[in-house]
Amino acid sequence: MKLVERMRVLAVSAGAVAAIMAVAASGPVQAQSKAKEQFFPVLPYRTGAYAPNGVPWANGYVDYLKLVNARDGGIGGVKITYEECETGYDTARGVECYERLKGKGPTGATLFQPLSTGITFALTDKAPGDKVPLVTAGYGRADAVDGTVFKWNFPLGGTYWDAADILVQHVGKIEGGLDKLKGKKIALVYHDSPYGKEPIPLLQLRAKMHGFNLLLLPVTHPGVEQKATWLQIRQQRPDYVFLWGWGVMNSAALKEAVATGYPRDKMYGVWWSGAEPDVIPAGDGAKGYHALVFLAPAGQGQVHKDMIKYVYDKGQGTGKKEEIGEVLYNRGMVSAMLGVEGVKRAQFKYGKKPLTGEQVRWGLENLALDAAAIKKLGFEGFMDPIQTTCVDHEGSHSSRIETWDGKKWNITSGTYESDSQIIKPLIKESAAKYAAEKKIPVRDCAKDASN
Amino acid sequence: MLYRENGQFKTTYRQDQQMLPILQDRIFMALLLLFVFGVAPFIFSDYLFLSILIPFLVLSLAAIGLNLLVGYCGQISLGHAAFMSVGAYAAYNLVLRVPQLNFLVVLILAGLIAALVGLLFGIPSLRIRGLYLAVATLAAQFFVDWTFARVKWFTNYAPSGSVSTATIDIFGWTVDTPVRKYLFLLAVVTVFALVAKNLVRGHMGRAWMAMRDMDVAAEVIGIRPVYAKLTAFGVSSFYVGVAGALWGFVYLGSWEPLAFDINLSLNLLFMIIIGGMGSILGSFFGAFFIVALPILLNQAPEWLGIHLSTAMVSNLEAMIFGSLIIFFLIVEPQGLARLWAIGKEKLRLWPFPH
Repeated sequence: MKLVERMRVLAVSAGAVAAIMAVAASGPVQAQSKAKEQFFPVLPYRTGAYAPNGVPWANGYVDYLKLVNARDGGIGGVKITYEECETGYDTARGVECYERLKGKGPTGATLFQPLSTGITFALTDKAPGDKVPLVTAGYGRADAVDGTVFKWNFPLGGTYWDAADILVQHVGKIEGGLDKLKGKKIALVYHDSPYGKEPIPLLQLRAKMHGFNLLLLPVTHPGVEQKATWLQIRQQRPDYVFLWGWGVMNSAALKEAVATGYPRDKMYGVWWSGAEPDVIPAGDGAKGYHALVFLAPAGQGQVHKDMIKYVYDKGQGTGKKEEIGEVLYNRGMVSAMLGVEGVKRAQFKYGKKPLTGEQVRWGLENLALDAAAIKKLGFEGFMDPIQTTCVDHEGSHSSRIETWDGKKWNITSGTYESDSQIIKPLIKESAAKYAAEKKIPVRDCAKDASN
Repeated sequence: MLYRENGQFKTTYRQDQQMLPILQDRIFMALLLLFVFGVAPFIFSDYLFLSILIPFLVLSLAAIGLNLLVGYCGQISLGHAAFMSVGAYAAYNLVLRVPQLNFLVVLILAGLIAALVGLLFGIPSLRIRGLYLAVATLAAQFFVDWTFARVKWFTNYAPSGSVSTATIDIFGWTVDTPVRKYLFLLAVVTVFALVAKNLVRGHMGRAWMAMRDMDVAAEVIGIRPVYAKLTAFGVSSFYVGVAGALWGFVYLGSWEPLAFDINLSLNLLFMIIIGGMGSILGSFFGAFFIVALPILLNQAPEWLGIHLSTAMVSNLEAMIFGSLIIFFLIVEPQGLARLWAIGKEKLRLWPFPH
C-alpha cells in the first residue's frame, strides 16, 4: 500500500517536472535559420463541428502552397514553408495558434488566414502590434475594408455587407425592381455569432430604404437544432429566406425547409452556405437552392491541371484527388493564391528575398490582379479582378448566384456589383467607431501612399 | 529529512494561527514568489506568457472563485461563465461610458456588479440544493448569454455583437507587452488568492464549510443559512466577475458572448474537481491542468520529432486529455491538491517511514 502510494507521488511529480521542462524548453530559442524561406502559418480546422467545411478549405490552401513550390520553385526563388495549427474553430485556440506561429520562419509569419470570423475579431487586435497582415478572403469584419483604420486587415474579394447587398439586389430584380420589395418579407436565418450577425446592419438599412420587412432568426451554434426557427418561418411565410450558416447548420436548414415545405428556390445562401457539404446531406431536398459565389465557384481550370500534374501525380496531395475542384477546395486555393500574390507584389518593391509581415502588407495593399494576370495564374473564370488601395482593402465587390441542381452547382445569374453608395458610409461610420473605441489614429492615405 | 517541523515551537496563539505554520513552507513560498515576480519575467518567452501563463492566471482566479462556492460552501453552480461575462461586459461598459475611471476601480466595480447578479441567482439556493440548484444556475448561464447577445446596449450596438477593448492604463503604466500583462495579472491574482485563503480560514469560511458539511447542524449551532449561502454566492461571483473582466481585457482583447458559453462553465467546474474541491492551491493545479495540458499535448509530437497530420494530433490530444482526467479521478478522487498534501505527508517521514 505504502509502496503504491509512494510510486504514485513519484510518478505525478516526475510528470509535473517533465511538463514544466517541456514548456520552458519550447520557449524563446526557435532556431532562426537564415534560410531563403517564406513562412506561411496555416490555421485550419480539421476536427470538430465544422470539420466537413474546414478540411477541404485547408486542403486547397496547403496544396496551392505545395504547387507554388513544385511548379515555380517558390515565390521568386524563395521557398514556401508552412506549418498547420489546429484551431477547431475555437477563438481561444486560434489565438494560441497565432502566438505559436507568428514568430516562426526566418522573417516571421507572412500573413494569417484564420477562416473564422470569431478568430478574425480576436486577431484584429493583435496583428497591428506584431505587424502581421490578416487576410480574410470573404469573411471577417466588413468595416475592415477601410484601410485607413484597419491597416493590417484585408477582407479581399468580398465582405458580408457586399453579400447581403447583392442578395437584396437579386431578389429585387426577380420581383421586377427594388421598389417592388415594398411590403415583402425577407427572413435572415443566421448563425448566432459575429459571422452571422455581420450582414444585419446592411439588411436593416436596405429594409428601411425599400420598405420590406426583415425577420431576424438566430440559430445557436452549431446549428443542428432549428425546429423553433423553422416553426417561425412556417407561421410568418417570408417571401425569401437568406441563409447565413456554416458547417452542419446549412444542411440542417435545408432539411428543415423540406420538412416545413418551404420552397428551396426561395432560399439564398451566403457563399459559406453554398458548397457541396452543405447540400449533399440534404439529398434531393436541396435541389433548386441558391447561394452566392465567392471568388471561386466549383469546377476545374488550368491551375487544377497543374495541381494534378505537379502535386497529386507525385503523391504529394493533401486530400483526395476527386475532391479537387470542389467549392471549398477552390476557395482555399484562391485564398492561398491571394497571399502568395501579395508576397509576389511586395517582392517587386523589396527584392526577391524572405519578406517580413510588414513588407507583405504593402504588397497586399497594392495588389493588382487584372483579368490577364488571373488567366496567367490559371484561375480564369474562378474570380473577378482584384485591385486594392490604401482606402479599399477589399479590391473587388462583385458576385454571382449559383444554383444546386441535385448534382452540381451551376451559375445562374449575371454579375452583381454591390452598391458602394450604401456600403461606403456604413463602413466609414463603423470604422470610425472602432478607431474611437480602440483609441487608434486614422491613417492619411495621401501622405501614406509611399509605404 | 529537510522537510519536518521538529523543533519549531509555537509560543503564541498568533504563531499557531499562521497561514503557513511550517518554516519550510514559508521559505518555499517566498522563493516561489521571488521566482514568479523577479525571475520569470526575464527568462520566459512571449509565447509562454501569452498562451499559457496569462490564461492560466485568469482562470486560476475564476477557479478560486468557483471553489469558494462549490468546494467550501457545497453549492453547485453550472453558471459561472455567465458571472464571468457579467464582469467582462460590466468592465467594458464602465470603460466605455466612464472613461476617466482607473482600471483598478473598474475591476472592483465589475466584480461588484457580478456579485449582485450572483446574489440574485443565488437566492434559489436557499430553497433547493444539489442537482436542482445546478439546473437553476444553468438557467443563469443561458439567461445571461441571451441578454448579452440580444440587448444591444451592452455591446454598444456593435453590428456583430463583438466588442473590443482599449489598452489598460494604470496610473500611466500601460499594460501592453506580454510581460506587463503577466505581472499585472500576477499581482492581482496574488492579492485575491491571499484574501481568499484568509476568508476561508476566518469565520465566514467556517460558516460556509459548516453549511457544506451539514446544513441542518450548522443552523442548529447558530449559522444563518441565508447569510452563509448568499455571502458564498456573492463573494464567489465577485471573484469570477473580476476574472471575467481580466479575461476580456487582458487575454482576449475582443470577444463575443460565445467566449463565455456553457463550455467555459463546465471547464471551470472540471478545474476544481481535478484540482481539488475546497482548496485554494487546487484551483491553481486545476487551472494549469485544463489550460496548459491540451496545448502541451498538441505540441508534444512535434517536440518528439514525430510528424503526424494536424487532424491526428488534435484527435490524439482529445483522447489523451480525456484519459488523463479519468486516470487522475480514479487515482485521487479528491484532486491534485490532495496528491500534493500526500506528498508533503510522505516528505515529513522520509527517509524513515514507520
